[in-house]
Formats: sequence, C-alpha cells, structure tokens
Amino acid sequence: MSFDRALRCRECGREYPLAPVFSCEFCFGPLEVAYDYDAMRGRVTRESIAAGPATLWRYADLLPCDPEYRVDIGTGFTPLQRADRLAAAVGLRTLWLKNDTVNPTWSFKDRVVSVAIARARQFGFEVIACASTGNLANAVCAHAARAGMDVFVFIPDDLEHGKVVGSAVYHPTLVMVDGTYDDVNRLCTEVSQSYPWAFVNINVRPYYAEGSRTLGFEVAEQLGWRAPEACVVPMASGSLFTKIHKGLTEFAALGLIDEPGTRMFGAQAEGCSPITTAHRAGTLNFVPQKPNTIARSLAIGNPADGYYALKTMAETEGGAEMATDEEIVDGIRLLAETEGIFAETAGGVTVACLRKLVASGAIAPDEETVAFITGAGLKTVEAVAGRVADPLRVPARTEVFAEALAERRGQAAAPAGAGGR
Amino acid sequence: MASRRVRFTFEPELIKEPVIYRIGHLFDVVTNIRMADVDETVGWVILELSGDPDEIERATAWAEQQGVRVDPLAGDVVEG
Ligand SMILES: Cc1ncc(COP(=O)(O)O)c(C=O)c1O
Ligand SMILES: [Zn+2]
Repeated sequence: MSFDRALRCRECGREYPLAPVFSCEFCFGPLEVAYDYDAMRGRVTRESIAAGPATLWRYADLLPCDPEYRVDIGTGFTPLQRADRLAAAVGLRTLWLKNDTVNPTWSFKDRVVSVAIARARQFGFEVIACASTGNLANAVCAHAARAGMDVFVFIPDDLEHGKVVGSAVYHPTLVMVDGTYDDVNRLCTEVSQSYPWAFVNINVRPYYAEGSRTLGFEVAEQLGWRAPEACVVPMASGSLFTKIHKGLTEFAALGLIDEPGTRMFGAQAEGCSPITTAHRAGTLNFVPQKPNTIARSLAIGNPADGYYALKTMAETEGGAEMATDEEIVDGIRLLAETEGIFAETAGGVTVACLRKLVASGAIAPDEETVAFITGAGLKTVEAVAGRVADPLRVPARTEVFAEALAERRGQAAAPAGAGGR
Repeated sequence: MASRRVRFTFEPELIKEPVIYRIGHLFDVVTNIRMADVDETVGWVILELSGDPDEIERATAWAEQQGVRVDPLAGDVVEG
C-alpha cells in the first residue's frame, strides 16, 4: 500500500490534499509528495522489498500511487554493472554503471511514467499527454498503449528519427509542433490548461517526479544495502538528480541503509548548461539558456528543479560538469568500447563529465562512484554517424578479404594508431 | 478574465528597471508577485498576471521586448 499523505510546498511548507496540482496557491512554489514515514517504518523492510517483483514495483510501498492502478511493462530493476575497464580509462578504482538503457522504451523515463500513469488512472483521468523531446513521449505512448488509454504527445518537429518512430509505433495522436522550442512550450502550457488531460510533467508532475527515486533505491539495494560515495547524474530539469539523492536519504531514514554521505555530481552539455554554469558562479539562481546541443534529451534551458539541484550539490559537497558535443560523442564511444553499453547522447554527457570530474580532482580516484546511463544509443544514431568503426567492404572472396584485412591491420599498426581491434 | 502564472528572468542590466510596475500602467493587467530573488548575476520573479487573455499576451510580449525572459511557471514544459 502507499503511504502518501499530502502534497507539500517545497518553499513555504503549506500542505494540500493529494490532487492533480503542481504549484502552491499561496507562493506558487512547487509541490512535492509527503509520506507517512512513521507508518512505513517496520512495514517497509529489506525483506519486504526483496520479496517483490524484479521491477520498480518492488518499491510500491514507497510510491505515491495505489498499486492496483499500475501499468506494468517491466520497468525498472535494471542492472548495476561493475565497470573496471571504464574505471581504468577515466582513472577511478571502483566504478559502477546503472544501466537504465534496458527499460521497456530504453530510457529511465519509463520509471517516472509508470508512477504518473498509475496516479492519473487513480485520479480518474482517461487521457494522458506530455510535451517531450523524445524519451518521455516514447515512455508515455508505450504505457498508455498497455493501459488502453487515449494519448496525446507534443514534440518539436526536428527530433531524431528514432525518437519519432519510437512514439508513433504505439499509435498515439502525435502532434509535431512547427516552431521554436519556446513555441512548443507556450502551446503546451495553454493546452494543459484547457483540456482535462493528465499532462505527466505538468499537472501530475509531483507524482511523476517521485518515480526517479527508484534509481536511488535500486542502487542502494544492488550494492548490498549501502550507498555509493559519489553519483554522476545527467541533468535536464534537474529532477532526476535531486530524486536519486532523495531516494538514498529516505532509505537511510527508514533504517534500510546507513546515512549515505553520497556526493552528488551533475552532468550537462555545454550547449545547455544553466545548472552547471550557476554552480560555477557559486549561486543558486541560474540564468536560463537557449539550448544548442546534440544532447536533445537534456536540452532544457529553464530547468524547473535547477534551484533544488544546486542546493543538493551544495549540501552533499558534490559538483557539476559540462561536456562539448565533441566530448559527448567521445563519451558514447568510450562507454561502448570499454563496457559494451551503447548509450544515447545523455549517456555520452555522463561519461564525458565523469572523466572530467576525475581529471580535475573533483572526484578522487578511490571514491566509489556510480554513473547513471539513462537512455539507449539506437535512439540517437545521428549523433555518432560517421564517428564509429568503418566497415571493411569486400566481395564474398577470401583472398580479397585477406588483402583488406592486411591493409586495415597495416593502418592500425601505423604510428598514430591505437593498436589493432 | 484570465490569469497566467509566469516566471520573469532579468539579466543584471535589467534588474534596476521597474518592468513589472510599468506593465501595470501600460496594460490593463493586474500583477501579483509571489516569489522573487535577485543577486549579482540574475534576478527572477514569479508572478500572476490577471486580465483579458489578449491583454496578458500583449503585456508579456512587451516584457520580452524589454529583454525579460518570460517562461511558464513549471519551467520548461517540454521534457527529455
Ligand atoms: C535520457 C535522459 N537522461 C536524463 C534526463 C534528465 O532528466 P531530468 O529532467 O529529470 O533532469 C532526461 C530527460 O529529461 C533524459 O531523457
Ligand atoms: Zn508555498
């Protein structure tokens, strides 16, 4: 059962009944779900969790929705993989990868949508909607299909092909908005006010955001009920970043792990880095930016949770980094070549920033670190096109193959080469 | 009558301008500030604008012309 109790304003602390609203009537601050931790204590144990399914629903007691409304396509409980080869490449002793590319629609957004759609059904909504640069739309369409709900998704008209098809295949009403990013924003804000739909990241955002805590829960459980020393997390709105930390803190409050002491590090693309830039300037007040980066999934110029992400960085003695488009592509390749995981651009941002954080000394070589890989590479093949291994093109004749191979090996052995592959 | 909740962001050189005061004079729109913060690098104000929808639109368009960034309250609505 759920132990959700109320919505609470993150600024003034006023409480509201659990309803599809996202901001405080008094100060307009964002609302967050409050739980009855006293009632949870003793009922939510390591054993009760371990007895649950191998999905995020093993944490149903900690989620703000009634599990009978769940829409289950197998989201969550993804692998935590020890990454010795990548660790060596970036200069760390112990590195883990939380591989969230293997979710049903190949990104962590399946987690937030699982909770949002369950709560939307609980509220009695018949239509689900979102505005997205791809991953969120994919997750909403798939879960809505499974639930048999009507679905509307709004996307900019310049999205990567994989992300468009990855929504269209579930047969939603797909609205491609002709205009700038700001136009899409304006349209969707207005639409969300005029139609009685559950907009996952607007009117049900307080519930939606809670789904990201399951990444923190899983990492702690998979490490054998303890928290890592450092986390590196990609940031768009900054919600995922703050919620992973919240998950670790809640586990400690419930006595499931010791006090975490985890340092939280955020990763952004240089072409959209309002949070990292504010961190460097030593302020909690970010300046919104106009995004210009290949990391479209992280291209939020005015991050709703930027302020709270900056606070979490300060409180945990963590930090933030940013990566250029070039470094992002290198990050994608390094991750694939060392650990066998093909990530989308957000994963490239994470790996590139991890490398820079270790190089700068922000993360020490002996700090046990978890890097969060939140989306799969086939969604953004455009980003690496022309930057991956060139095939040997041959007719079906052994001698030609042998010649081509000898030539390739000769190239690889040339002074500039990095050795045979 | 309609109302719109927005976030105004001001670059440092605009912080001293009485943009919100002038909106109330130039347009038939009531402004109601709920939260704000200003430091050396940036200032922001979260406020509600009430009035005729077209008048609100004209008021925010004017603010943008002055160099203010105007966003819906939930930050960016489009997610990754
Ligand atoms: C793959 C991926 N990683 C990370 C994020 C960051 O999420 P948040 O907006 O919670 O910071 C997003 C989406 O915005 C995403 O699509
Ligand atoms: Zn409040």
